[in-house]
Amino acid sequence: MHTGTAMPLPRSNVDTDQIVPAAFLKRVTRTGFADALFHAWRQDPAFVLNDPAYAGASILVAGPEFGTGSSREHAVWALRDWGFRAVLAPSFGDIFRGNALSDGLLPVELPTPAVALLWARLAAEPVLAVTVDLVRREVRIKGLTWPFPLEDFARWRLLEGLDDIALTLRHEAAVSSYERDRPSFLPTVT
Amino acid sequence: MGGETSQRARPGNGRTLPEKVWDAHVVRAADGEPDLLYIDLHLVHEVTSPQAFDTLRRAGRRVRRPDLTLATEDHNVPTDSLAAIADPVSRTQVETLRRNCAELGVRLHRLGDADQGIVHVIGAELGLSQPGLTIVCGDSHTSTHGAFGALAFGIGTSEVAHVLATQTLRQHRPRTMAVTVTGELPAGTTAKDLALALVARLGTGGGRGHVVEYRGPAVESLTMEGRMTLSNMSVEWGARAGMVAPDDTTYAFLEGRRHAPSGAAWEAALDHWRSLRTDDGAAFDREATLDAGTVAPFVTWGTNPAQAVPLDGVVPDPADLTDPAERSAAVRALAYMGLRPGTALRDVPVDVVFLGSCTNGRLEDLRAAAGVLRGRRVAPGVRMLVVPGSAAVRAAAEAEGLPEVFAAAGAQWRFAGCSMCLGMNADTLAPGQRCASTSNRNFEGRQGAGGRTHLVSPPVAAASAVAGRLAAPTDLPGG
Repeated sequence: MHTGTAMPLPRSNVDTDQIVPAAFLKRVTRTGFADALFHAWRQDPAFVLNDPAYAGASILVAGPEFGTGSSREHAVWALRDWGFRAVLAPSFGDIFRGNALSDGLLPVELPTPAVALLWARLAAEPVLAVTVDLVRREVRIKGLTWPFPLEDFARWRLLEGLDDIALTLRHEAAVSSYERDRPSFLPTVT
Repeated sequence: MGGETSQRARPGNGRTLPEKVWDAHVVRAADGEPDLLYIDLHLVHEVTSPQAFDTLRRAGRRVRRPDLTLATEDHNVPTDSLAAIADPVSRTQVETLRRNCAELGVRLHRLGDADQGIVHVIGAELGLSQPGLTIVCGDSHTSTHGAFGALAFGIGTSEVAHVLATQTLRQHRPRTMAVTVTGELPAGTTAKDLALALVARLGTGGGRGHVVEYRGPAVESLTMEGRMTLSNMSVEWGARAGMVAPDDTTYAFLEGRRHAPSGAAWEAALDHWRSLRTDDGAAFDREATLDAGTVAPFVTWGTNPAQAVPLDGVVPDPADLTDPAERSAAVRALAYMGLRPGTALRDVPVDVVFLGSCTNGRLEDLRAAAGVLRGRRVAPGVRMLVVPGSAAVRAAAEAEGLPEVFAAAGAQWRFAGCSMCLGMNADTLAPGQRCASTSNRNFEGRQGAGGRTHLVSPPVAAASAVAGRLAAPTDLPGG
């Protein structure tokens, strides 16, 4: 369970090129991307990331189709490095959603009216406490609760902090068995 | 693949093409868990792999199947020379890939290799993109390979590490969708226009969570290049993957290619490939139909690929949009693009024309543009870049004299790479520059900070270069 303050980003189709422009993808590390987050948009002093009222926010509340476009996991790393723990939006790009789950940034799908209500409340009260409860799969503010969907398996992985590769390697015998039965006409690169 | 249950009662009889390919790759299925899916081909490039190789190294793991893993250098490479990469950060990233591939035994096509090129162009060229395979890459446009009837989709870097280590992925079984394109594409339109028409119709999230099968006479009559363009853009309307059932066009493309099966293996493969069709009576979770006869040359006016209209049209008025999110997005997009509602698209001037990318950087695309440019000149003040999708495309174009056509027209003939599709190398737009581009994304700053992108087909790109404004070949004198 995480309780923090939230930042409104009332824009739709926030593609991963906006979250991290390509110029920052030349780095070979997976941390240190906070300076790249929304790099073009934050050049505008009025952009919400520059608004001291939302400093320290750990939850981002965005419009539909958040994280569409490029598969760059750097987008998740940048959000996480900035300090976000969850993104709330009516919908997410598929690859972004998977990447977020890989890295422990919770993608929370909320109905459009809930997001609109949060934007309005946050405009009036930037320090509004928002709770994202992974165990109960709920978002709560004072007096209001919204359930959100999350696959059991993803929830379990996040709660246990499990390493995906190690989990899969528990089934190494099944992988080897599958490999033995692959047809011989399948291509190799060698 | 996002929020779906793995085990589900399905309506209808028989299975769809996406389901057949999926089912054939399930290593392990368990209630309440995503399926463990075997990956037949893993493509790798320099941008999304360094952190994945690090993950492997830190855990002391090896690449499980180097023989199913192929790497190339494409995003960062210069296109004006095959000499060393000047930008030190780009160079470091490419050198990191070289070191990783050398250490872990992965085949790599380096800048200057005859087989180097955009990852999604070379897979098909080498005959590795085959029907019925699962193909992944840390790149959203991996959907391109679905043109062959493969299940091909983009993954993140954590998943790249997972595939390197295990040759599998954990994925929830996706929903299926059929997009049936009836009729015939009118003369002057291409698979790119069909793709843009679909994105405009279905919206950027229209295919979310679905693997789509493109079907119908207009799809069947596309060349493999056209099918790749169509499948490539699947991700722009949110689909996880796009597929076209293999047929004689597919087999003719594959036969004789370096990694295509031959002899008895070819016959065995053909038997398998012929089974890769959606069964009569099998039901998709969703269906959409489009009449190809209604497709015209399309162009984007905004900052997402769904913000597209026919070239004959005008820049829309946000006030006419009923959905508030779409309306505010349109207002923002027009401000960014420097466009006013009601402006005829044909009156929009261009500074730069980019022909290339995994969407439209294949030989057929270059031929189409050269056909328009032959005997014509790029308008004064317009810069046109022609970037072949691979070194092999470049060589094939040279063999038929296309560089001479581009040079005579005043366009720049470049080496292979992703180039101005995303501007990770030196090929970028300056702030405020407007570009007619055959690439796949018109996002803010995609081709360079402050750059303005209009997505178009290769013939429209070439005609726009000549006219100095957005134009179709038929708009040109003698067209």
